[in-house]
Amino acid sequence: MIIDSSEGSLKAFLGTLPTVDEVGVQGRAAMLATRSVKTTSKAWAIDMAISMIDLTTLEGADTPGKVRAICAKAVRPDAMDLSVPSVGAVCVYNDMVRTARSALDQIGGSSIPVAAVATAFPSGRASFAVKAQDTLDAINAGAGEIDMVIDRGAFLSGRYSEVFDEIVKIKELCGNKAHLKVILETGELVTLDNVRKASYLAMLAGADFIKTSTGKVVPAATAPVVLVMLEAVRDFYSMTKTRIGVKPAGGIRTTKDAIKQLVLVNEIAGPEWLNPQLFRIGASALLNDLLLQRMKMRDGYYASPSYVTMD
Amino acid sequence: MAGNDSSRIDVQKTYKLFIGGAFPRSESGRTYQLKDSKGNHLANPCLASRKDLRDAVVVARGALAGWSGATAYNRGQILYRMAEILEGRTSQLVTEICALEGVTARAATLQVQESIDLLVWYAGWSDKISALAGSTNPVSGPFYNFSIPEPIGVVAIFAAAKPSLLNFVGAIASVITSGNTAIVIAAEKFPLPAITFAECMATSDLPGGVVNVLTGFSSELVPWVASHMDIDAIDASGLTPKALKEVQIAGVQNLKRIKVHTSVKAEQRILDFMEIKTVWHPIGI
Amino acid sequence: MSTFDYAPALESTAIVSIAERYGLFINGKFVAPKSGKYFPTINPATEKVLAKIASANSADVDLAVAAARAAYVKVWSKMPAAERGKYLFRIARIIQERSREFAVLESLDNGKPIRESRDTDIPLAAAHFFYHAGWADKLQYSGNGASPKPLGVVGQIIPWNFPMLMLAWKVAPALATGNTVVLKPAETTSLTALLFAEVCQQAGLPEGVVNIITGAGGTGALLVNHPGIDKVAFTGSTEVGKLIATSIAGSKKSATLELGGKAANIIYDDAAIDEAVEGIVNGIFFNQGHVCCAGSRLLVQENVHEEVLAKLKVRMGHIRLGNPLDKNTDIGAINSAAQLAKIKELSAAGDSEGAERWSAPCELPSQGFWFPPTIFTGVSQTHRIAREEIFGPVLSLLTFRTPQEAVEKANNTPYGLSAGIWTDKGSKILWTASKLRAGVIWANTFNKFDPASPFGGYKESGWGREGGRHGLSAYLKASN
Repeated sequence: MIIDSSEGSLKAFLGTLPTVDEVGVQGRAAMLATRSVKTTSKAWAIDMAISMIDLTTLEGADTPGKVRAICAKAVRPDAMDLSVPSVGAVCVYNDMVRTARSALDQIGGSSIPVAAVATAFPSGRASFAVKAQDTLDAINAGAGEIDMVIDRGAFLSGRYSEVFDEIVKIKELCGNKAHLKVILETGELVTLDNVRKASYLAMLAGADFIKTSTGKVVPAATAPVVLVMLEAVRDFYSMTKTRIGVKPAGGIRTTKDAIKQLVLVNEIAGPEWLNPQLFRIGASALLNDLLLQRMKMRDGYYASPSYVTMD
Repeated sequence: MAGNDSSRIDVQKTYKLFIGGAFPRSESGRTYQLKDSKGNHLANPCLASRKDLRDAVVVARGALAGWSGATAYNRGQILYRMAEILEGRTSQLVTEICALEGVTARAATLQVQESIDLLVWYAGWSDKISALAGSTNPVSGPFYNFSIPEPIGVVAIFAAAKPSLLNFVGAIASVITSGNTAIVIAAEKFPLPAITFAECMATSDLPGGVVNVLTGFSSELVPWVASHMDIDAIDASGLTPKALKEVQIAGVQNLKRIKVHTSVKAEQRILDFMEIKTVWHPIGI
Repeated sequence: MSTFDYAPALESTAIVSIAERYGLFINGKFVAPKSGKYFPTINPATEKVLAKIASANSADVDLAVAAARAAYVKVWSKMPAAERGKYLFRIARIIQERSREFAVLESLDNGKPIRESRDTDIPLAAAHFFYHAGWADKLQYSGNGASPKPLGVVGQIIPWNFPMLMLAWKVAPALATGNTVVLKPAETTSLTALLFAEVCQQAGLPEGVVNIITGAGGTGALLVNHPGIDKVAFTGSTEVGKLIATSIAGSKKSATLELGGKAANIIYDDAAIDEAVEGIVNGIFFNQGHVCCAGSRLLVQENVHEEVLAKLKVRMGHIRLGNPLDKNTDIGAINSAAQLAKIKELSAAGDSEGAERWSAPCELPSQGFWFPPTIFTGVSQTHRIAREEIFGPVLSLLTFRTPQEAVEKANNTPYGLSAGIWTDKGSKILWTASKLRAGVIWANTFNKFDPASPFGGYKESGWGREGGRHGLSAYLKASN
């Protein structure tokens, strides 16, 4: 064990982490953004990106109909082209988990997990009892993945053990029924130093994935943030031989955005992370853009949004 | 020195070198005969050797960290102190200048006064030259970028001849005000004001080794100064064109900065013996 | 395909048209060399001949210098400064307009990755003209007195590592300050200079203000020794710089020399390690290490050197070596067979002196000149690879224990061009920066360049500065 869960040992460990130079990270991210991914590697990247999507709807206006529709899309993103892979997961609020699970099961998507946002998503401002119940509701409804939020207030006021303990307890509730993704909400942590610290805090507490954002705060999954999180999982692996996954979410809307994410994964964490078990992209509109680009590559001419489904 | 009209026998001064804050004789034991402008014997100053030069470079290099590391305010005060002491030595210097340069006492007095004022002028530059020659540079990117002048290191000076004290003082002051240390080869025919001024420096809180004064034949020292790999720059104002070329060729070996000045009072003289250093740092959180 | 190998993404060469052979650019026109001689320039990535380049002899140099003198006397020195500046603005704009063409041509002739020629060399070259254009009518504020004057005709000799960028570093300040120019590019990389001649024509620059003569070292010597020039500006090796300094001794010619380096890149134990590793890579592998200010001596605090080395090796494994025109290439071709031989010779000296060599695993193309990104560990200050400029993608790792030791080792070289400092502690940055005897200090970054930032070295790294307000002094007679 690298640490015990005491405040002192957490602070001491986080203090040993090297700092992050923001300008240096921006420079590295900008350089990697110039990678030109064409032809065969673009085709590969598009399918990989589709299979990594956590197809998401997190609206107050979500209805069973809306959720069933995205489930259909998750299983068969392009009804006219069955070579298109299914997405990585469907991501919903916990009251929609049962609807999503049964919809997926009915249409041949039983292998696609339902991810539920939990722990008083997106703000995380509730008692732990509420957060725990939130989580349990989702698991009991059939969620295979829990996307919890950390207590950013506790983190920013330096109460790291509170953040840590909550993750540990939610992880216990997940048990072997659900994978745990820990949302750092990096837009509220602001600095890359905080992103690195929070990443380690989550990994040490038992996260299976670290996730950038709720999608409700801007900025979300910026390249520098994802880069720092990818460095964290890479270095955590060299310390512990455990590979933790990364999920950027928020603001990734185009094929170009998604391919830039895959380049980051490839050159920062390494190709071992280039699979849906270790990298997911939280998105909704992205899927259609990937499908349009896929059509262009398949057909050789530019596609129209009229030929992809609107759900 | 000429005697007074009393019958008392003068106590004459032995003119020695100034190295590391002390006044040694040349290690070679050599002297040369110095005559006044009318051809009368005046003194037997030291004829410095290449080994004296070598010793002077060692102490100048040794003094560099302390002198360049002193605050500019402190350096300015010490240069001003040199002016104070020089003021009190006026009559002796007037005598020496009259004898060597064959000028009137009034002209010699004016030269000493001008030298004092020149020291004061350079003293004031110590803590201003960086503001004048430094800059912050608006680079295109998230970087703070600034340039500052820094002393170049150990500077050898071939002091120009007449007006000998003024040239000598100006060369030294312009070189050391920024933090350089110096080895000065006094003009061959005018060593006396140089050594008397060295005595002023020795009593001015100037750390030993910051300025070192050699007297003798510059033709003998030129090749050794020019080729010395631990000398960073040369003020060659006192050299003939032929000697200058010789210095330029030999100085290539370590790419010495070799400068010639005509004006004794110019901020460019200070900057000629400084290097511009530019520092970049990211601006981020 | 089961892994993410980027497919070839080649920049099109359709944008450039390379002539079979090139004359000299004298007095606004391309003219056949009086020498009648031409030599080939090759693409170092393929060893294929790109074009024949004229070899200027003394008659050609005479013509070029005479043209520059006439332009100086009759036109350029009489033109209102603001109008002079407008020509530089025009040139900047045309370089921007034709930037992709310049970038492709540069990568073809030099071997550098298109990413660097496209994103660094050419944009910076345009920026240099833009920056200096604005100085033309403000020279009285440049710290050179109330009415500084140009020197006259300037002979400029530039190296092969950043052909177009070095041209801009030389030509832009010279023209802005009112001088006229005879420029000689390096013999292996003349093509972008000759394309620049076309830019001068398009800009309507008066004839003779810029003259470009091509040829090898002998042509350069003719230029340096020509009695008709007032100043020499040279960028290149310290060895040649010393020859130039010797040959102008005793003359009225002034000189600026931008020479070699053996920069220390100091990594303290409290550095932002990941960004430091990035800075190390950028410091030595940028432009195949063909960089005078490259961070070729890596000084790592001993208590973190294992971690730094481990991360560095992982990072070096991601460097993509190959076709310079592939947009994903990080390391292109070594510029010439001669340079490759020098890199191999010094690396072999590293082996024989007992340092341990590690090269990133990458396949070298069968044609062309290539050297893999390489690091030597177990290097001490006495090794040749720690003292001599390799000018290639070869890094020497040394360790230190205290800041004092770091500074002593960093300064323990006849060079003094640049240095790097990596630490999270502000006061340590300023302490170290003040102790380092180098003209350009990069703290928590490396290999950054900007026209507003003076560049140039201490000690044997040269004379004078280029860029910024300070660079103007090199082309002006100060008035007091």
